[in-house]
Amino acid sequence: MSTGSDETAAMAAAVREFAQERFAPHAAQWDREKHFPMDALRAAGELGLGGIWLAEDVGGSGLTRGDGVVFFEELARADPALAAYISIHNMVASMIDTGGTPEQRERWVPRLASFEHLGSYCLTEPDAGSDAGALRSTANRTEGGYRLDGVKQFISGAGVSDVYVVMARTGGPGAKGVSAFVVEKDTPGLSFGANEAKMGWNCQPTRQVVLDGVEVGEDARLGAEGDGFRIAMKGLDGGRLNIAACSLGGASWAYEQSVAHLRDREAFGAPLIDAQALRFRLADMRTKLHASRLMLHDAAARVDAGDPSATVHSAMTKRFVTDACFEVANDALQLHGGYGYLSEYGIEKVVRDLRVHQILEGTNEIMSHIVGRAIAGGTA
Amino acid sequence: MNIVVCVKHVPDAQSDRTFDAADNTTEREAVDGLLSELDEYAVEEALKIKEAAGDDTTVTILTMGPAKAADAVKKSLQMGADAGVHVSDDALAGSDSIATSLVLAKAVEKIGGVDLVLTGMASTDGTMSVVPAMLAERLGLPQVTFASELTLDGSTVTIRRDGDVATEVVRASLPAVVSVTDQINEPRYPSFKGIMAAKKKPVQTFSLADLGVDASEVGLDAAWTKVTQITQRPPRQQGLVVTDDGNGGAVLAQFLTMQKFV
Repeated sequence: MSTGSDETAAMAAAVREFAQERFAPHAAQWDREKHFPMDALRAAGELGLGGIWLAEDVGGSGLTRGDGVVFFEELARADPALAAYISIHNMVASMIDTGGTPEQRERWVPRLASFEHLGSYCLTEPDAGSDAGALRSTANRTEGGYRLDGVKQFISGAGVSDVYVVMARTGGPGAKGVSAFVVEKDTPGLSFGANEAKMGWNCQPTRQVVLDGVEVGEDARLGAEGDGFRIAMKGLDGGRLNIAACSLGGASWAYEQSVAHLRDREAFGAPLIDAQALRFRLADMRTKLHASRLMLHDAAARVDAGDPSATVHSAMTKRFVTDACFEVANDALQLHGGYGYLSEYGIEKVVRDLRVHQILEGTNEIMSHIVGRAIAGGTA
Repeated sequence: MNIVVCVKHVPDAQSDRTFDAADNTTEREAVDGLLSELDEYAVEEALKIKEAAGDDTTVTILTMGPAKAADAVKKSLQMGADAGVHVSDDALAGSDSIATSLVLAKAVEKIGGVDLVLTGMASTDGTMSVVPAMLAERLGLPQVTFASELTLDGSTVTIRRDGDVATEVVRASLPAVVSVTDQINEPRYPSFKGIMAAKKKPVQTFSLADLGVDASEVGLDAAWTKVTQITQRPPRQQGLVVTDDGNGGAVLAQFLTMQKFV
């Protein structure tokens, strides 16, 4: 459920105005120059975008997942890649907010909620992606705490972020042996790989996070030993919806550009929009966007209600929406002809940015696995 | 300190704005309206003064307009203002600047105890820039207009006015009416907290009778000027394309001479 139609609409309008003024005019340049716009993120923090559904006692906005997906759609209309980073940051902050002790919440959350600090989520490893329960990073007991060793792969915001939520093994093999830790940027032994060259998502850095004898106190552990995998997966339930909302925003923008382009451009003596084949394509795009939006809002309501079906519905939604919206963006490129392929028109950037949404926060194959497992188990 | 910010709800400048065929007034129902962008600077400046003071300074938003104008007050409250006053009366339709300044002055007097009245430099629809001066005159207060910087010191307000040939520093005693330019600050976006908090902020609605203004003094019939005719701007003509057949330079030079550019 969203907070209330009038207020959600007013907040969405504020986000739209903000994103259109502060993100949209610069998105192409940020992409080209691989520039991570800290000033724009801090400004987003002033609106309340650093901790959308975080509790208000630690500086959060106290809103809902239903509100969040509306905001991420608006942000992504301006820049899907930066919107997606804001989503990850919110996920990290909310893991500490909901999984942390009062002291941990007070210590880390307020500065994340204000975007004074940035957060990174460190689960994936070079040899453990979809099979995250097989991760190899270790957290060995020391006097008064733990020593963390290992390598984390594809970490958004790494090197710039101040707070890293790291999943590492404290116990035996499998998911039950994993614990979650909060590691601060300047901790000795923490270092970062090179900024990866990648297809899209260029305005946010992606690096390896290298843990080499990183010493943290017992008070850096989120939840009990062995709770780490559960905390990591709980974070992803909402995170998947936000990523899907980022796909929806980018695709919606590309679709609107396409309609305008087909109205404007003439070929064979008539506007392209008069061609039935192209109208059919637009109709399919419009339908996919609408179905995506309905699924997103439904799944967000389930997460907000704490419904047991939330995980399965988040998985179904993430897969459907990120696939459908990638197709819409790719169709938009086709409908723009050669112009779609030029960076100047912004369409090819949306295609590049949305492609990775089918891979990260759980690949779409893993989404199908989650849904299929529930069907086979009689719970979906 | 009590600050009143006068704001206007205007048709969105990005939409096609039209006039009412019957009386040549601005069509306000057909298009989306919003808080005049130039007024956002006045709201922001008031909020900055309040935040810098850190005391019980209050910022009251004042607008005059039809029911939809309440949205301009609401947006200002979402930005952080404390309270709103909305003067709305069917008899106000078509009011000119003179009537507007009369109503605003009466409303400022009714609010009472006002130390500073802030306005934008102009509305984005009428763009006349005269209401602040008229308002100051009616209130018998100093008018300090086009401030691109504002500082308060006790009971004195000092502004910087950037003109074409000189920059003036103007000082006035409070209470005063100050209009601010779009150079004075960077208006904030309403925050989520601000939007939620705005729901609980008080907005008073006054009619002309509440302000003791007679309906004959306002509205289209009382206006000192009338718009008698409106002509649509002609569509933009396509520019001249010169195909260079070897004499392109000469044709270009001739064109520039004809247009008196050279």
